[in-house]
Amino acid sequence: MAEAVLDHADAHDAHDAHEGHVHKTNTGMSNNKLAMWVFLGSECLLFGGLISTYLLYRHNIQDGPGPSEEFFDIPFTSASSFVLLMSSLTMVLAHSAAERGDQKRLKIWLLSTALLGSVFVSGQIYEFTVFVREGLGWSTSPFSSAFYALTGFHGVHVTIGIIMLLSTFISTLRGRMHPGNAETVEIVGLYWHFVDIVWVFIFTVIYLAA
Amino acid sequence: MAIIENPLELESGDVVRVAERPLGVLTRPSGNTGWQSWLFTVDHKRIGIMYGAFAMFFFLIGGLEALAIRLQLAVPNGKILSPETYNQVFTMHGVTMIFLVIMPLAAAFANYLLPLQLGARDVAFPRMNALSLWVFLAGGIFLCSSLFIGGWFENVPNGGWFNYAPNSGTLFSPTKGIDFYAIGLQILGIASLVSAINLIVTTLNMRAEGMSLMRMPVLSWMLLVVQFLLLFALPVITVALFLLMFDRLWGANFFNVEMGADPLLWQHLFWIFGHPEVYILILPSFGIISEVIPVFSRKPIFGYSFMVGSGIAIGFLGWGVWAHHMFVSGIGPISVAAFSVSTMMIAVPTGVKILNWVATMWGGRIQLTTAMLFAVGVVSMFTIGGLSGVTHAASAADTQQTDTYYIVAHFHYVIFGGALLGIFSGFYFWWPKMFGYKLNETWGKWNFWLQIVGFNLTFGPMHILGLQGMSRRIDSYDPGYGFELWNMVSSIGSFVIFAGVFIFLINVFVSKRQAEHLPPVGPDPWDARSLEWMTASPTPEHNFDTEIVIDSLDHFWHQKYGYDDDGNVVRIAYAEDVAHDGSATNVHLPSPSYWPIVLASGFPFVGYGLIYNYWLCAIGGFLIVGAIFGWVFEHPDDPDAAHGHHDDHGDDDGHDGHEVDEGTTENAEADLVTADSATDAGEASDG
Repeated sequence: MAEAVLDHADAHDAHDAHEGHVHKTNTGMSNNKLAMWVFLGSECLLFGGLISTYLLYRHNIQDGPGPSEEFFDIPFTSASSFVLLMSSLTMVLAHSAAERGDQKRLKIWLLSTALLGSVFVSGQIYEFTVFVREGLGWSTSPFSSAFYALTGFHGVHVTIGIIMLLSTFISTLRGRMHPGNAETVEIVGLYWHFVDIVWVFIFTVIYLAA
Repeated sequence: MAIIENPLELESGDVVRVAERPLGVLTRPSGNTGWQSWLFTVDHKRIGIMYGAFAMFFFLIGGLEALAIRLQLAVPNGKILSPETYNQVFTMHGVTMIFLVIMPLAAAFANYLLPLQLGARDVAFPRMNALSLWVFLAGGIFLCSSLFIGGWFENVPNGGWFNYAPNSGTLFSPTKGIDFYAIGLQILGIASLVSAINLIVTTLNMRAEGMSLMRMPVLSWMLLVVQFLLLFALPVITVALFLLMFDRLWGANFFNVEMGADPLLWQHLFWIFGHPEVYILILPSFGIISEVIPVFSRKPIFGYSFMVGSGIAIGFLGWGVWAHHMFVSGIGPISVAAFSVSTMMIAVPTGVKILNWVATMWGGRIQLTTAMLFAVGVVSMFTIGGLSGVTHAASAADTQQTDTYYIVAHFHYVIFGGALLGIFSGFYFWWPKMFGYKLNETWGKWNFWLQIVGFNLTFGPMHILGLQGMSRRIDSYDPGYGFELWNMVSSIGSFVIFAGVFIFLINVFVSKRQAEHLPPVGPDPWDARSLEWMTASPTPEHNFDTEIVIDSLDHFWHQKYGYDDDGNVVRIAYAEDVAHDGSATNVHLPSPSYWPIVLASGFPFVGYGLIYNYWLCAIGGFLIVGAIFGWVFEHPDDPDAAHGHHDDHGDDDGHDGHEVDEGTTENAEADLVTADSATDAGEASDG
């Protein structure tokens, strides 16, 4: 039994060494990366539906506050949007470090991306509490429901991205990341950039069009 | 199995490294027999078979619901179902048949056949494939549990499968039924989305060498189009279902007309999903009969590239026609005119397909096997359904037909006459490949004729009833409107269909018993054309013994047939000579895993939790998150697990039909699924 277990462990190690190798596929892109691209295609329609809903109900404010420059704190949200966009930069730096096999910088940049994302989400939560205090509840009007649904869905996506970043970060601590599987970082990055780009649209539609 | 022969010598003091255990508690599932080999399998063939079996179970439930509807409507003022129960029954009939029967049956064929037709070992993500299956089952059980949770027929969805707002709000639908609908369909949507991503990546990335896109069988093409439709349609219904759930559970205002919400929002979101969904249901069947008809006409498919192109065109145009479901909802004359035209346009690629099937049969040596009969049934019945569809596209006529039985007749001709008959054709065609024995042809023909006669008896008269003005979704009608005769005919017909399906089930058992006295069917019982027939029946766990190199469309057929000096087609080899006999051993296959089924089991808890008690959500969430992390940290491919069957007897029937030079396999990577190290054990046992 002990031998079998040992054999297992050795074989596992031998296999791990192989793991990072990019296998030949018809498109030349790895299955994992292609799957992420395909999934992001689907996500476009998800946010498309939510943005359409928001546009439909933008002016249906009932007795509550509406989307106006006075109501939104545009400088505040612009700042948190800037933070989110900067996290795309740190994500690129993390990917570049992973490709070079620079473990130290990979860890730094992964953590800073997660941190910047958390700042954005915290800003969003803070913003929500302010809005609720000013009378824009979840059930106040179709506008309020659509606003919270759209920004909330985006916030959940950012949060999932942060969890993915932190999981990748923990993998680096456990020595699971090496130049061979820099692609994992790239795939997390694809998702992260997508979420950022979606925010550009949401920010335009909700805040700049107010 | 892999206990090594020579014990490793350890120097004293060496630390024995214990093999990595995911989360420290669970070992990998092992063994390829018994119930465990099904619950934890990642084999695309077993997953496909289970998809089919579960879907057939739901088919019986949906069928019983249909019979209840027809019993109620057989005579005027039916008293079998109360109006409330009637609403629940027709809603569940629609939801069950669409989401729990036709879609998973198509998934069954997709899972089983797609990797085989592409010459692949498995799908791109075997564990995600298992996840799709179990999430589908979890969603199906969740939906159907609404029949009895909180009392029989108390909390059943009752808003129709389209579930229009504002009727779906808590004001008009105070029971939990619509909650079951909204959450159940979301769970099923997760299953389909995961499956769509998986199969798209499989098709784009995992094809055998030489299998260019335009050498893929038409079925593979249609399945690819369907997966793209699912990929883009599901998020739209997901949005709609989320908004509905927010309204019902937490008082949002998306469909609350008192707050000035627009009920058309639901209709748009639903039909942007709902119309591509129609093609999601029908295209797999188109693919199936595009495989069956050439084989039994002894001719290649007529206009292969047009068949592929028209399938893609249907997929594209399917996105621009959704509002033809809303001609009477007041969307305005310009929208109506535009959608009327786009809807008529979609008849063009569909017509191309029908004419190509006819042209394939034209001048062929037609063999009227049961599979072929069902395929011809699809061509003829779908044509009827397509023609009545064109009458809906003409918006003026549609205004008269909307919400009448004419619509019910139309969509049953396309979904039953098109999709379901095609799936039955597929059953008869691929049964020997899946289970190693043919279904009995005599019983099969009874099955076919009862089903096609019963089908026309049931749904043909509905055209007349509809034009006479009988509304859909009414639970009873008064005598004296001229509805009595055709309703009675229709109800009798539904029992004839039931008899036909019952005979199919008998056929499965009869044929299995008869097969014990018959010679094995061999790899290629129909003298067919595509790659799945190029390996043993039933398909061995590792699919093909060696990697295949494709050099033409219908590669397998060209291995069997060539041309003589006069240009006539002549047989140059028997299938047994060119097909793989499945004897390869020690093939590296993806390992089974506990996590897919654990992950899937979390979803119903979340669903019940949202409806009844949030603590259940915590349990579901724990299962889901735990399983995701277990999954991520489990190596997808345990090198110690069961890799194919390790049979020790050599290849004693003498001939070796492998075409690929064995040497090429030595360069094969130890990949997740493309790995092929058949040579080691094979050589060892030969020597």
